[in-house]
Amino acid sequence: MYKLLLSWRYLRTRWIALASVISVTLGVATMIIVNAVMDGFTAEMYNRLHGILSDVVVESHSMSGIPDPAWHQAEIRKVLGDDVVGMTAAVRVPAMLNFRVRGEWVTQQVMVIGIDETSYAEVSDFSKFLLHPSNRDQLSFLLRENGYDAPLPTSGWQHRRLRVGFERAYREQLHKAEQSRQSRFQRDSDGAVRAASTEYDVVGDEAVEGAVASDREGPDSEGRLGNESWDDAANDRQGNIDVADGDERRDDDPAREAPAEGGLPARLPLGKRAAPLAENSVLDPFQRGSTAEDERDASQVFDEMSEQHTGLVLGIAITSLRHRDPDNSVQSYFLARPGDDVQITFPTSGQPPKAVTAKFTIVDLYQSKMSEYDSMFAFMPIEKIQEMRGMIDPTTGIPSVTSIQLRLRDGVSLAEARDKLRAHFPADRFAYRIDTWRDLQGPLLAAVQMETTILNILLFLIIAVAGFGILATFFMIVVEKTRDIGVLKALGAPSSGVMSIFLNYGLSLGVVGSGMGLVLGLLFVTFINQIAAVVEKILGQEIFDPTVYYFQQIPTIINPSMLFWVVSGAILIAVGASVLPSLRAARLHPVEALRYE
Amino acid sequence: MSSQLHQHATTRRRDPDATGKFLGSAPTLLGAQGLFKSYRKGNHVVPVLKGVDFDVRSGEFVAIVGQSGSGKSTLLHLLGTLDAPDQGEVRFEGNRIDHLRSTSRELLRNRDFGMIFQFYHLLPELSTLENVLAPLMISQRVWQYVWAWRRNREQATRLLKLVGLGHRLTHRPRELSGGEMQRAAIARALISSPKVLLADEPTGNLDQETGQEILEILRTLNRQEGLTIVMVTHDNAIAAQADRIVRLVEGRVVQL
Repeated sequence: MYKLLLSWRYLRTRWIALASVISVTLGVATMIIVNAVMDGFTAEMYNRLHGILSDVVVESHSMSGIPDPAWHQAEIRKVLGDDVVGMTAAVRVPAMLNFRVRGEWVTQQVMVIGIDETSYAEVSDFSKFLLHPSNRDQLSFLLRENGYDAPLPTSGWQHRRLRVGFERAYREQLHKAEQSRQSRFQRDSDGAVRAASTEYDVVGDEAVEGAVASDREGPDSEGRLGNESWDDAANDRQGNIDVADGDERRDDDPAREAPAEGGLPARLPLGKRAAPLAENSVLDPFQRGSTAEDERDASQVFDEMSEQHTGLVLGIAITSLRHRDPDNSVQSYFLARPGDDVQITFPTSGQPPKAVTAKFTIVDLYQSKMSEYDSMFAFMPIEKIQEMRGMIDPTTGIPSVTSIQLRLRDGVSLAEARDKLRAHFPADRFAYRIDTWRDLQGPLLAAVQMETTILNILLFLIIAVAGFGILATFFMIVVEKTRDIGVLKALGAPSSGVMSIFLNYGLSLGVVGSGMGLVLGLLFVTFINQIAAVVEKILGQEIFDPTVYYFQQIPTIINPSMLFWVVSGAILIAVGASVLPSLRAARLHPVEALRYE
Repeated sequence: MSSQLHQHATTRRRDPDATGKFLGSAPTLLGAQGLFKSYRKGNHVVPVLKGVDFDVRSGEFVAIVGQSGSGKSTLLHLLGTLDAPDQGEVRFEGNRIDHLRSTSRELLRNRDFGMIFQFYHLLPELSTLENVLAPLMISQRVWQYVWAWRRNREQATRLLKLVGLGHRLTHRPRELSGGEMQRAAIARALISSPKVLLADEPTGNLDQETGQEILEILRTLNRQEGLTIVMVTHDNAIAAQADRIVRLVEGRVVQL
């Protein structure tokens, strides 16, 4: 009884000891915070890393790929049985992506993945990250009318029609200007030459739309004004074109009345649009012939206004820039968006590989929030890439693929499945690499794991240092209490009882310290984003930069077992630190203790 | 005064009529035979007790006097089993107790010996009442203590009233005067109904008047409750009020 009473009284009256426990409190709180944030980051990263990857990938070393994928798929099913939930074949090829930004050609390196849009959804969460709601339900490589999520501005058919319309008007303008320039040139007037030069200055390639948007009175400073209004209209997230200046051409456009939402209507207006567009297409072959931009299907007239090339889904970081505006909010600027056409060049599967190029229409973007993926992958229909790369066996007509991707049932060990497949497709007979998604991201995951471990070790050392503080304080308290210890012994208290007073004391200090740390840590984790905001305001410096991490908030996960280990570890250290002083107290000779001054 | 004291032989008893006690036939309660004890100070061995024989009969009030360093406190510690002699025996109720295992000695100290000290030695974190209850807290398990809480409390309150501290139950020791602290210490020593009260300079730190009050309490206890008291003091006037005086000079009992 006296043990409890005394250790309780010591706890209440010895503020110095409580002060020594603050280090335990801080250590525990820090450990909880760091672990929660690291767990949050790790979980977020796992989600993202896994996001567009399938569970297990069988990939061919060669660029010509795996022949007869159907046989392989059957074999894999035989090996893994019911564990396979989804399986798809894909073609992965490094490629060059070219697209025009204000007349300049931008080239980016991408990894093109040819996928089958239905079966790919079974193996990967890729479709979750698409920006069009209908595409998230079922990916389609056909361009949608509009209705893409933020941060995309007006996109899809609406954007395409606007853009093409402006381009055509601009070309017409250019054509007219050319004609007048030639006629003025014939007149050999000085003023005309001057007019022509200003015209080129303003028009340039940059101001394609700007020149068109102007009132056709003359390509001068008004052209820039028009340019701005076009940009405003295009960047308007609602896609409300009527707000923009009234262009006759767009007023004529019947597709404007067509529903802007949803995937299906995108194709429906085709016939409806045919009549008014016919007169435009008269103009087209002329220009195409002159610019020679499109070498595809020369025999057939391709109407950009109502037709699309093969669909392509790009990572959001390939075509967009992220920056901060002066108000400190993150803005995205899109170099290309759904509805725009791009050019992709990739190697054929034969030897030596030749470069083949084709035009594609961006039909959607995906944002997996993994910058590595978002800036890397371009998805297109597998048939198209197989055809272009010559992957179809001319004798059998069976196309080959470069990888087979699997999704396994939840709870199945991926490593085990991988090992089974490796055993079935031994490396000496099959030129395949068989990996789980963790293997593919191994170094990164290992790095994060190591970081967490090292942080934990360091923080635990902090608590251990706090333990030495407790040790020193306890020795002090034992010395201070020497006479009391003598009295207790004189009153018949056994040494073990005296010892347990101080052990209890250490225990309750540990409990108090780590309890406060627990509360502090949990509060901090709960309000971490608000705290970050306040600190940012005070320091005027960004702590957590969404442009870097692609998170809007700091992710945290509180793992109960982590809390348990941290708290019990801290308590153990506090008790451990009080063992030596307690032993000393227990060994005090009662007579010497009583005499102690 | 000293000449008067010299007349008191170690074995001499007061007039039975004066104390109302006949101790000649009472059995020896606590005794020491041939006690030797020395302390080590650095390389020097300092002998403190050099063969002390000493007996206390049941119901006796004995004063041990001597100068500082004469070994009187050491003798008291040996009697109270707080320390073990180098040589010789300590007997309690006829049984040797100096070589007992520590658990037995703790039990003995807790139950059969009450101790009071010159500096009171109350625990500063506990209230007066809790200080008095401390020996019970030590001897009883938590559940026993909680079970017997009411009875323990009544007993402690009664003892505090007996020593005149009934109004100071919840005060902390530092809020009490020296005399009050010593009274509380006496109550604490009595709580487990000991057979012997060992008092180490109980008045040494008090002014004469307060010291006299404390001594009165001890005398009353001795007379009314029949409590055996062994008191160490350097003050001959205080010692004179005991039944018997034992004088220690340089570690030996001096026969007077």
